[in-house]
Amino acid sequence: MSITEKGQAMTANRLRDGAVVFFTRSGDWSEAIDAAVLATEPQAARALESRGKDDERATLVTGVYLFDAERRDGHIRALHIRERIRTLGPTVRLDLGKQAEGLGGAFPAENGG
Amino acid sequence: MYRYDEFDYQFVRDRTAQFADQARRRLAGELTEDEFRPLRLMNGLYLQLHAYMLRIAIPYGTLSSRQMRQLAMIARRWDKNYGHFTTRQNIQFNWIKLEDTPEILAALADVEMHAIQTSGNCIRNVTTDQWAGAAADEIADPRPVAELIRQWSSLHPEFSYLPRKFKIAVTGAPNDRAAVKVHDIGLRLHKNDKGEAGWEVIVGGGLGRTPLIGVTVREFLPQHELIAYLEAIMRVYNLYGRRDNKYKARIKILVHELGPEKFRAEVEAEYARRPKQETEVEERELARIAAYFAPPQFERLPRWSPRFEEARLANPAFARWVRTNVAAHFADGYAIANISLKPEGGIPGDATSEQMELVADLAERHSFSEIRVSHAQNLVLPHVKRDDLFDLWQALSGAGLAASNLGLAGDIIACPGLDYCTLATARSIPVAQAISRKFADYDRQQDIGPLKINISGCINACGHHHVGHIGILGLDKKGEEYYQITLGGSSATSASIGQIIGPGFAGHDVPDAIEKILDTYLKHRQPGEEFLAAYRRLGAQPFKEALYAAH
Ligand code: SF4
Repeated sequence: MSITEKGQAMTANRLRDGAVVFFTRSGDWSEAIDAAVLATEPQAARALESRGKDDERATLVTGVYLFDAERRDGHIRALHIRERIRTLGPTVRLDLGKQAEGLGGAFPAENGG
Repeated sequence: MYRYDEFDYQFVRDRTAQFADQARRRLAGELTEDEFRPLRLMNGLYLQLHAYMLRIAIPYGTLSSRQMRQLAMIARRWDKNYGHFTTRQNIQFNWIKLEDTPEILAALADVEMHAIQTSGNCIRNVTTDQWAGAAADEIADPRPVAELIRQWSSLHPEFSYLPRKFKIAVTGAPNDRAAVKVHDIGLRLHKNDKGEAGWEVIVGGGLGRTPLIGVTVREFLPQHELIAYLEAIMRVYNLYGRRDNKYKARIKILVHELGPEKFRAEVEAEYARRPKQETEVEERELARIAAYFAPPQFERLPRWSPRFEEARLANPAFARWVRTNVAAHFADGYAIANISLKPEGGIPGDATSEQMELVADLAERHSFSEIRVSHAQNLVLPHVKRDDLFDLWQALSGAGLAASNLGLAGDIIACPGLDYCTLATARSIPVAQAISRKFADYDRQQDIGPLKINISGCINACGHHHVGHIGILGLDKKGEEYYQITLGGSSATSASIGQIIGPGFAGHDVPDAIEKILDTYLKHRQPGEEFLAAYRRLGAQPFKEALYAAH
């Protein structure tokens, strides 16, 4: 049985092109959710958020927010379908977006992942 | 066909240059997002689920071949090779980069297009009948008046900061194809007893959170009074509109809170108070605009086209397409060809660059380079010789553009929903695809007859679900998508808001639910009775039983 860690990850859109990005362990932004850092404590989540605001001010990203996610077998899965679609691309165009560029999440958008 | 005049041309150029500077300052960190957001929205640039989205205005849904080719080029060069035609007769590109946007706007300006007034609390682009200037049942082409309204309302200082966005629709035909009763203001041309044409002015319709049918404030307004009268309506709205509450700020709330009588009295009082307007300038202006919309040089043709009739007899697939997708034109020997953007299992309203280019070529060859976008997310070639219909159909067939389903079960309206839209509560497109597949069979669609299935991915109702004969609204219930079904809506002349039939369904159960509804209709209908008429006669009960009876 695999261990599931629950927490929050941080996302935003990259300012210059709008791409969906996730805040990583190394303190930058990645297009792939699996690179995201997962804050498992409220305090860590708050710290993340303030980093996000800094990067908004630095005009790297825009629209920063936290979302609920879990880590299973080393992969991060968003709990809400909206965020899963953001980590993958449109469910009706599997040829487009992160899922087509090898940057998609390891879980499908629809339930049952 | 209408072209921008010199004033517009310079204005759009200036606006493009301004936006280029604003975008540069934003990227350089000189503007914050809060400062920049209203500026980008004013230029049609939204931030959506996966990227920026650019919404481009197509005034009254009219495009030239040249403009369509430019849209195809933009999709190929700066997006992912496709665009999405919307229920507002606009086109949206889903994968736009902020840093590319100034160049894109410049490319649009090259073909007299822009993305102004597709957002914000202003008078939005005016919509109209997609068959304007072509339909056999039309009294007059409504586009000159739509254009007059556009010019009057574009950046009108008094109306740039309205309590809320404002949508106007205009129809010049008795059969309303522009949904005038569910717009903030709807204008319907009709004739009085003396045979003179005038406008019925309908105010306070709308969809969204509070769907309402508009009320008629003037039964018959002579054309030369139109702008002055609209101004009086806007003044009353500006004065009393609820700026304190976003959800109560649309004019429909004002009209229905005051009551139609009181609202009408306020408008008439304001109108009477105004100094007697000089309408001469306006009439001259209208005549000038109308010249731009002068009908193309139709050939004098016989009504009967042997070539067309022969092709129809020889080719059943062509005959099927003609039956559903071709409509009557006022000029003998011509027809209106509707191009369905709803192939079986497809994404409603999406077209690839190659498809756009093909349509542009075909319009050039067969329709005086003119193309229309319909609010049902389809395209139209408005002026095709009947002699040419078979060639046209063959070319469309080769590009997946010959779905024979206009106005039938497969012609589903669906907003982008959760696959693209940041406001969505559920997906719309996959539901449309599943229903489209289930009812793909042509004979079955024909048997069911005229049917409008409309799907929205949230309460904002961009998919116009309230006025679908069958409406589907996607909602979020504890993180799961589920769908509420409404029946009996219509945006046609006898408009009505659909009623919720009962508890919602999971997405994968929706197609079966639709099938049960339609089976109930088929079982109970009288000879020749369409779905909507049958629903109005039968009421909700038999449908409820079919959907929810314990098995
Ligand atoms: S109805 Fe809602 S989900 Fe659909 S496009 Fe409009 S805002 Fe987005």
